[in-house]
Amino acid sequence: MKKGRVGMPAQDPQIRKGNFHEVALGYTPEMAAEEAARCLNCKNPQCVKGCPVEVDIPGFIQALKEGDLKRSAMILKGKNNLPAVCGRVCPQETQCEARCILGKKGEPVAIGRLERFVADWERATGVPQPERPVPKNKKVAVIGSGPAGLTAAGDLAKMGYEVTVFEALHTPGGVLMYGIPEFRLPKEVVRQEIDYIRRLGVDIQVNQVVGKTFTVDELLKQEGYEAVFIGTGAGLPNFMNIPGENLTGIYSANEFLTRTNLMKAYLFPQYATPIKVGRRVAVIGAGNVAMDAARTALRLGAEESTIIYRRSEEEMPARHEEIEHAREEGVRFMLLTSPVAYTGDEKGQVRGMTCQRFSLGDPDESGRRRPVPIPGSEFDMEIDTVVVAIGQTPNPLVPRTTEGLVIGKHGNIVADEGSGATSRPEIFAGGDIVTGAATVILAMGAGKRAARSIDEYLQRKQS
Amino acid sequence: MYKILHKEPLGTNLHLLEVEAPRIARKAKSGQFIILRLKEEAERIPLTIADYSREKGTLTIIFQEVGYSTRELAGCRAGDTILDLVGPLGLPSEIEKYGTVVCVGGGVGIAPVYPIARDLKKAGNRVLSIIGARNSSLLFWREKMAEVSDRLFIATDDGSEGRKGFVSDVLKEILDAEQVMRVWAIGPMIMMKVVAETTRPYGVPTIVSMNPIMVDGTGMCGACRVAVGQQTRFACVDGPEFDGHLVDFDLAMKRAAFFKDKEQQALEMCRCGGEGK
Repeated sequence: MKKGRVGMPAQDPQIRKGNFHEVALGYTPEMAAEEAARCLNCKNPQCVKGCPVEVDIPGFIQALKEGDLKRSAMILKGKNNLPAVCGRVCPQETQCEARCILGKKGEPVAIGRLERFVADWERATGVPQPERPVPKNKKVAVIGSGPAGLTAAGDLAKMGYEVTVFEALHTPGGVLMYGIPEFRLPKEVVRQEIDYIRRLGVDIQVNQVVGKTFTVDELLKQEGYEAVFIGTGAGLPNFMNIPGENLTGIYSANEFLTRTNLMKAYLFPQYATPIKVGRRVAVIGAGNVAMDAARTALRLGAEESTIIYRRSEEEMPARHEEIEHAREEGVRFMLLTSPVAYTGDEKGQVRGMTCQRFSLGDPDESGRRRPVPIPGSEFDMEIDTVVVAIGQTPNPLVPRTTEGLVIGKHGNIVADEGSGATSRPEIFAGGDIVTGAATVILAMGAGKRAARSIDEYLQRKQS
Repeated sequence: MYKILHKEPLGTNLHLLEVEAPRIARKAKSGQFIILRLKEEAERIPLTIADYSREKGTLTIIFQEVGYSTRELAGCRAGDTILDLVGPLGLPSEIEKYGTVVCVGGGVGIAPVYPIARDLKKAGNRVLSIIGARNSSLLFWREKMAEVSDRLFIATDDGSEGRKGFVSDVLKEILDAEQVMRVWAIGPMIMMKVVAETTRPYGVPTIVSMNPIMVDGTGMCGACRVAVGQQTRFACVDGPEFDGHLVDFDLAMKRAAFFKDKEQQALEMCRCGGEGK
């Protein structure tokens, strides 16, 4: 009686590691219908409580079951401005799907795959023009066009605010465009989702570096904005500060992925931005970004791509699915290992790496077991490209140039988790600039809550 | 889109562009830079701001054709548009009244040193300027530099204009003759290194402007890292100006050369007429 979830068709690993096309191919209508039929439509749905943007999950699946895809898409979009993105990159296994009642004894409903199916159906058939609410004639500025900013902007526009988004790069989307690779999140999908945000009435201005081109205070005092949402993300790459780290061929994950995704270096020389990948690539770290970098390296022609991580498999922060995909494509894993120094040739190009082995000690403040170096375990390995993917810290440009904003010890903006309220009443913040590097969906949740508090703040201010 | 209002040849492979960018012009200060992207398939190119007019809302940038992307930029005419232009990026020069200062501009580096010399002069400094290049055809803005300097010295490697020799030779003579409070040097990496070595024994603070490989210019990618003393700094947000006595120029030169073979590949493609329009 109990059926497992419908599998997701995917490109063959041996073929896909040589191209940048999307790995997961999406459900067919038959597959979607079969999977949707597994949903019990619980009276007290737990899945919704696991969704940071509060999607009416049983609602959209019910409409899908009835074959009413239009209504299904409308229900999705009622809460989620970027469903085609979320259906692809959300860690559903720790959120909605983790709470699905079917998961207690078998496999949970594949909510993410169904979300993707419905969103893709709508993109393919043409997204209807959203209804425009009664204008409130109040201007709100959103800084940063990543997941947090786009969500806040979309929600505020739906409430009738006049929203302008300021983006520092030449393309909106933030990490969705520069960070997550084409093979996991096609850029055309992101563009179409952003187009929907624009059709809600949001004005997106690119090439605007807030903190340089103008400041948050200028927006508030001179340009007539009554509230500002800051969603500038975790922009600054961490390095390990070990000897030889400035040799050439050692990239931050941000640089490696930005060159490839945003600047399309994989299409060089049709696109003028170059990237160089050697035969042996080492990726330091084991989060989603590290998996993206390791898989990208293979697609750029590396013969070997190895994840180097100082803890064990169990502590790897990447999604299980990403680790599996990487493994299928031939990415190697060198665990309980970390580099301590790099060596280069006369041109300053990295050629080798000295690593140290680790064992696991007691849990640290993150709850994960602390890696302890094993004395005398150093060994050398030959490599010619390194990608450092050990996390990012908040970008200081906006915090540094906005007076009276309380900043935390990691350079993050201090903001209330529930409301996004900062130390200044007219400024709200959310996403990685507040939490440090986290996930797309958590940033979207923060954007959604902040939009609600901005609305409350502006209504309160008026009365 | 950013309109090119004026284009002017300045010398061999040297070009000046005046671009309409009122928002950036309003904020620009000497020492800062912009990043531009000519069209969809183009690279993001960092270029130091050579001049700006807040009234006209324009920026002046000067560049040398060295590779595929600058060659493509050189093909633009007045009336054409640049797809993306962002700035002003980096920290401005620290303009104060120091006393006697020397501004050294080598080759295309004359452009960014000009607004610094001008602002130092305005701030009440006695400004001695030295401009130099391999030969006379690579020199420009002699009058503009003379206007903002108490004295202007010219040096060329081949002696085709001014004195024969390096800018550092002139600088050394000045340092021997009088008390200099601070030196700015902008130009090819090797020139900045030699200038820093020249001033080191005199203990004169020497500011250099680094122009490393960059992608975003907002601190995000770390491509522009520069070793300064014991620290790694990002030229885009911590610079571009650094203490010349602490910069590891040898590392910087190696880093700058990393994509040379790729640039050659792109250039060859464009010579074959395979340019994707």
